[in-house]
Amino acid sequence: MGLTGMVKNPRWIVYSLIFIALLFIPRILSIHDLMLFEYGITFAIVGLGFNLLLGYTGLLSFGHGAYFAAGAYTIAMISKYFPQAYSLEILIPAALFFSMVLSIIFGFVCVRHTKIFFSILALSLSMLLFALLFKLYHITGGSDGLRVPLPTLLGMSFKGIRRPEFLSGTYYYFLLGMFSVSFLVMKGIVSSPFGKALQAIRDNEVRAELIGIRVRRYRLYAFVISGMFVGLGGALWTFVNGHVTADLSHWVFSGEIVYMTLLGGFGIFEGPIVGAIIFTYLKLYAMGNTQYWMFVIGGTLIVLVLLLPNGIAGAFAGLWTKIKKVIEET
Amino acid sequence: MWIIYTLNGLYFAALLFLISLGLNIILGVMGILNLAHGSLYAIGAFIAAWIIITLGTQVPPFFLYVSLLSGLVGVGIVGFLMEKSLIRFMYKRTLEYQLLLTFGALMLLEDVIKMIWGGQAYYASAPFELLGKVDIFGNVYPAYFLFVMFIALIAGLLIWLFMSKTKLGIMLRAISLDREMATGLGLDITGLSTFAFVLGAGLAGLAGALVVPTTPALLGFGHEPLIFGFIVVVVGGLGSLKGALVGSLLVGFTRSFGIAVFPEIELPLLFLIAGIILVVKPEGLFGR
Repeated sequence: MGLTGMVKNPRWIVYSLIFIALLFIPRILSIHDLMLFEYGITFAIVGLGFNLLLGYTGLLSFGHGAYFAAGAYTIAMISKYFPQAYSLEILIPAALFFSMVLSIIFGFVCVRHTKIFFSILALSLSMLLFALLFKLYHITGGSDGLRVPLPTLLGMSFKGIRRPEFLSGTYYYFLLGMFSVSFLVMKGIVSSPFGKALQAIRDNEVRAELIGIRVRRYRLYAFVISGMFVGLGGALWTFVNGHVTADLSHWVFSGEIVYMTLLGGFGIFEGPIVGAIIFTYLKLYAMGNTQYWMFVIGGTLIVLVLLLPNGIAGAFAGLWTKIKKVIEET
Repeated sequence: MWIIYTLNGLYFAALLFLISLGLNIILGVMGILNLAHGSLYAIGAFIAAWIIITLGTQVPPFFLYVSLLSGLVGVGIVGFLMEKSLIRFMYKRTLEYQLLLTFGALMLLEDVIKMIWGGQAYYASAPFELLGKVDIFGNVYPAYFLFVMFIALIAGLLIWLFMSKTKLGIMLRAISLDREMATGLGLDITGLSTFAFVLGAGLAGLAGALVVPTTPALLGFGHEPLIFGFIVVVVGGLGSLKGALVGSLLVGFTRSFGIAVFPEIELPLLFLIAGIILVVKPEGLFGR
């Protein structure tokens, strides 16, 4: 799609308006709400990556926490062992690199399978990483995890600045920039011939194979790209959270990634973004108001599965199509 | 010492066998991977611990051992309610929804456990202590572990006889082979599915009840067994009963000798072995 095409498409006008609105968010929200929103944005990047595999390739991974942990631990490890390289412009490529390496290794094993076997295998492999992170505590901090200091950016040091100020200033715009780039890159991927090939594999594996798509290799590419996006999300999340633990690679955390993707709706490109932000608020609201927050979250998930299978964005899209139909008929 | 490690391996394998047998029955008959299986196991542990503590030391020891069956029955009832209220809507849905529903059920059940039994630990070691220790080739070993192996063996034999000799078992196997054809032959799919889920859940509950005399029941009790159950199912092959047996033995021995030789990396080692088996034989040892 060329630039003129983008201008003509009302969708891109909406995207630009939302982007401009996002620039002013730090002035509107309190520091607490802004931090929550930043968690939401990092998970939105995770959701975008995860959905390439679930929504576009038709593979459900219950182990994507592993790549999230790969990104997060890259940051933590560099801060512990190579503090002189602790700068965002080095950290982000490093996180992308290590999540890529891990997803190539794990993906190679996983993409030989589909359906439930794929899910359970991805889960088991993420638990392998969990076991390593958990047991090798003198390197990784085990269940206590590692603390992460503030990074530098292009020579700018944030010494003497407290975390909330860092998060509401420079880091928010850095995060927004990373999110916008991820959004555009992922949009490009899913509308490229490669993205269409993935959708063909999802819809009919045999037919895709017959028209010359190398199914297993394409699945691996999708797996690795998705792992890198999730790793990027994990790395960015680390600075917001300030602390990493082995639980990031636990399969229950991977389950939360699946949950937010479904909450938004995995049939729609923007669905996981909506889901990530709503899930962040939902979880915090439930945790703040009852000690039985898992009951609330789990119950919501069950209701969602039974009554709203296309997610929130999916429900709105369905409603919109109906309204349009009614308008056209009258 | 090696005798002790071997026996420990058999003991782990016995528990894992009960857990993965349940997972495999549910997976085979209904095609659903039950992520809430670990929670069912934990509920079995809590029910049994609660009953043993309530009975106290006044009753004859025999009743304490019978009360371990409460895990089987109690969790069977939980499984019945769960199947009737949630799982039955999932048979025609796709994989994503099936997995997410059981994931939701897992979170729900974890908090239900917290609501009923609170956050404290439940100690119910009476059945373990009453059996005392036995001497095996000069090594002292708790007799209760042998008792658990014996129960798992009996349960395994009963399930095997049931699946291969009774009409009900053959019908269940027919459904797992070809659901559509089984429907066409007029089998009562709804009823049989409920039965399979109750059976699988009950086995998890029994495993939980058998463990609780050796370790106190705590919150998050079912997390680790669930993961081991998954490894057994993946390594042994989806839905295969023979696979569940061989997989349990493999995982049990790896764990027991792993703890003895490389205590730090016993868990990663296990995943590594499972990974190698899957690269060589992607469908698992006895997968279809």
